[in-house]
Amino acid sequence: MPTLQDYRGQNPAWCPGCGNYSILKSFKDAMIDMNIEPHQFAIVSGIGQAAKFPHYVKCNMFNGLHGRALPVAAGMRLANHHLPVMVFTGDGDCYGEGGNHLLHNIRRNLNIKVFVHDNQIYGLTKGQASPTSMEGMKTKNQPFGVFSEQLNPLVMAVALDCSFVARAFSGDMAHLREMIKAAYNHKGFSLVDILQPCVSFNKINTYQWYKERVYHIEPEHNPEDKIQAFTRALEWGDRIPLGIIYKNNRPILEERQPQIREAPLATHSFNAAAIAETLKEFY
Amino acid sequence: MRGNGVTMDYSIKIGGEAGQGIQTIGGTLAKVFARAGHHVFTHQDYESRIRGGHNFYQVRLADQPVMSSRDRIDIIVALDKDSIRLHEGERNEHGVIIYDSEILRQKYEKPYFFDVPFRKLAVEHGGAEIMANTVAIGSVLGMLGMDLDILIDSFGEIFRKKSAEVITGNTNAARAGHEFVLKNCTSCSFHAGGNVRQPRMLINGNDAIGLGAVASGVKFYAAYPMTPSTGIMNYIAGKEAAYGIIVEQAEDEIAAINMTLGASFAGVRAMTGTSGGGFALMVEGLSLAGITETPLVIALVQRPGPATGFPTRTEQGDLQFALYSAHGEFPRVIFAPGTPEQAFYLTNRAFELSEKYHVPVIILSDQYLADSEWTFDAFDLEKIQYSDSRLKGDALSGMPEYKRHAYTETGVTPLAVPGDSHHLVVTDSDEHDEEGHMVEDADTRLKMLDKRLFKKMPLITNEIEPPYFYGSNHPDIVIVGWGSTYGLLKESADMLMEKTKVAMLHFSEIYPFPSTDTFDYLNILNSAAMTICIENNATGQFARLMRAETGYDFRYHINKYDGRPFTVDELVKEILACAGGIRG
Repeated sequence: MPTLQDYRGQNPAWCPGCGNYSILKSFKDAMIDMNIEPHQFAIVSGIGQAAKFPHYVKCNMFNGLHGRALPVAAGMRLANHHLPVMVFTGDGDCYGEGGNHLLHNIRRNLNIKVFVHDNQIYGLTKGQASPTSMEGMKTKNQPFGVFSEQLNPLVMAVALDCSFVARAFSGDMAHLREMIKAAYNHKGFSLVDILQPCVSFNKINTYQWYKERVYHIEPEHNPEDKIQAFTRALEWGDRIPLGIIYKNNRPILEERQPQIREAPLATHSFNAAAIAETLKEFY
Repeated sequence: MRGNGVTMDYSIKIGGEAGQGIQTIGGTLAKVFARAGHHVFTHQDYESRIRGGHNFYQVRLADQPVMSSRDRIDIIVALDKDSIRLHEGERNEHGVIIYDSEILRQKYEKPYFFDVPFRKLAVEHGGAEIMANTVAIGSVLGMLGMDLDILIDSFGEIFRKKSAEVITGNTNAARAGHEFVLKNCTSCSFHAGGNVRQPRMLINGNDAIGLGAVASGVKFYAAYPMTPSTGIMNYIAGKEAAYGIIVEQAEDEIAAINMTLGASFAGVRAMTGTSGGGFALMVEGLSLAGITETPLVIALVQRPGPATGFPTRTEQGDLQFALYSAHGEFPRVIFAPGTPEQAFYLTNRAFELSEKYHVPVIILSDQYLADSEWTFDAFDLEKIQYSDSRLKGDALSGMPEYKRHAYTETGVTPLAVPGDSHHLVVTDSDEHDEEGHMVEDADTRLKMLDKRLFKKMPLITNEIEPPYFYGSNHPDIVIVGWGSTYGLLKESADMLMEKTKVAMLHFSEIYPFPSTDTFDYLNILNSAAMTICIENNATGQFARLMRAETGYDFRYHINKYDGRPFTVDELVKEILACAGGIRG
């Protein structure tokens, strides 16, 4: 049985009071709840405050380029689908720089878990608008306020038939922990958008702001009903739903590739002798 | 003309619009010639469109090895009027242009035109108009005095998914064209002869790279389709089932290189391929391979730029780009094969070096090499290496500790497979410590550069083979090139040897630049009266690299940058023009 001590990684370099700390704690608690040890999975991340996450977990990890965590994760899953792969990313990394990869990896439906630390602002570069910043938000770089429509990642994910779509809030750790476990145990591409206050740069979407708006989706909600899912995903403003918005049982890519039905690519041996036969095709 | 001993050397050009079946005719003829034991070289000239325009496929067959195209054509198969307008002047003195006056809706009266009713014979004998191309193939074989056995045998493979009638129809269509020519072509005086010897293998540069990757145990290939590199992806995808390989079509080239790195990190041999524009998108990922020390093989199949340039044409314009692409300082290897055979072996060496030193290796090809077919007796599989240096299973579990980027004598840290043991495998695009966690301190930075760059670089340089030298031991003229111009240099040297003491120097392992320790090629250059650097680009990129690496400065350059490859005749003329200049 792993303990918190086993999950003691590097010392976090986040601002005091950052929502990331409770995401980190909830994640470790979830892993311990599920009796998963640090070497039994890998985390891929890109760049941003959220992308530092795996350093603080103690696990197999590939901390790559800004926006490019998903393709690395996809390559890892295709090479070794017995190794669970999770992505920890932010709203800039995942919805901005890496938007194209999110779109296409939802379509690909590899069994990858994506946890987005969504603080609606750029933290690492000190306070510019992100794709999820609300219209009108003024920053150093958007002095007249944000003109672009706020991205709703959950609506986009439901529209793309993403296998698992959920929202959590860093200020509600018990619920967040359950969402992490639910995503982990779901078979299919899973997107968990985690609302998280940025105490240094986002003066609008504060801890208090979220606290006044978030609510747990009632048990009557049927996450397998796409219309109901759209209705929940579209909710933003006075009331913001937390919980599993949408899920389906689309087959995962790993199970559709006949080459890896028996065993992961990484365990295949290479039969060099077969090449002699293949060469004959050129005569 | 070529050197002594050549009794047969014919060039055939099939011209027409895209979609008319030029590739079918050219490709089938090349295959038949190779199976008959002839030496074959083909090159293709096509436009960036699916239908229309003007394309051609040039096939050369000879009884001596051939490795470039000629200026003068013996048989022109004209499927459209443009083929006559553009290529009539390329006909040599015995050359014949065959065409179908019904298809071209025009009759040509000059004696060297030969009207063959491709379409009519196809309908009458084959039963379908679509078999007109088969009539044309049969006609060409008739003109060359070859029989139809090999062609008819091949219909079984080509049409294996079609009905028996299709095979019979094509057989009859080929025979009709063949007989028509034998009866009516009084001006045909070609003698390619019957089956000379054992069949030869026929392979182009893209397939050779794909085959080399498969023979090296590639398990994962991710790419975004881009001409002229797509053939590599097509080839490897065709081997997915037989070899247990996954080919993933990425959403863009950025995804392609990052997926490839993910697969490589997770424990398999992985590769990507693209052309210049796609490579431009990949370069941040190249830098990522550099700092994370993740093995990576990239095929960069050049086409003329800038930007979209000439999508279907050829240039050696990305050498300096491949050398200096990506931010930061890290080691890389660049190979530039000159033939499909070299492409096969160098792709294998690319994997071996990448897996041994955990550095990116770029295979620099171009459209000319990618699409040109060459004949070879055989590829030697004894030369193919497969050394699996990855740490996995018990070997990994038994280690007291594991640090992905631990400092070592050679700078190389064994690469463990994540998830295969209780040891954690950690890496980072940030500067990192031995474990792989991000750091900010100057001391670690210096140690990591020492490990990644300074320790590995001399070891990698030691692996680099010297350039290929051919010709006179004490040459007056040395022609120098790299990559896809190999065959042109060699045939030019052969043709010039009767007139002058000439030698060629060809570089296929470009970076790290080969040392002069085992072969002092600089001495040869310094002793020659004249040295010429020949490149398919505007600015002499290799000559610049040579000067930077060795201080050697070429006085003479031949550069071709119209998007077309040299022909051997054209190159010989240019070399003689240089030589004439020096003699005053």
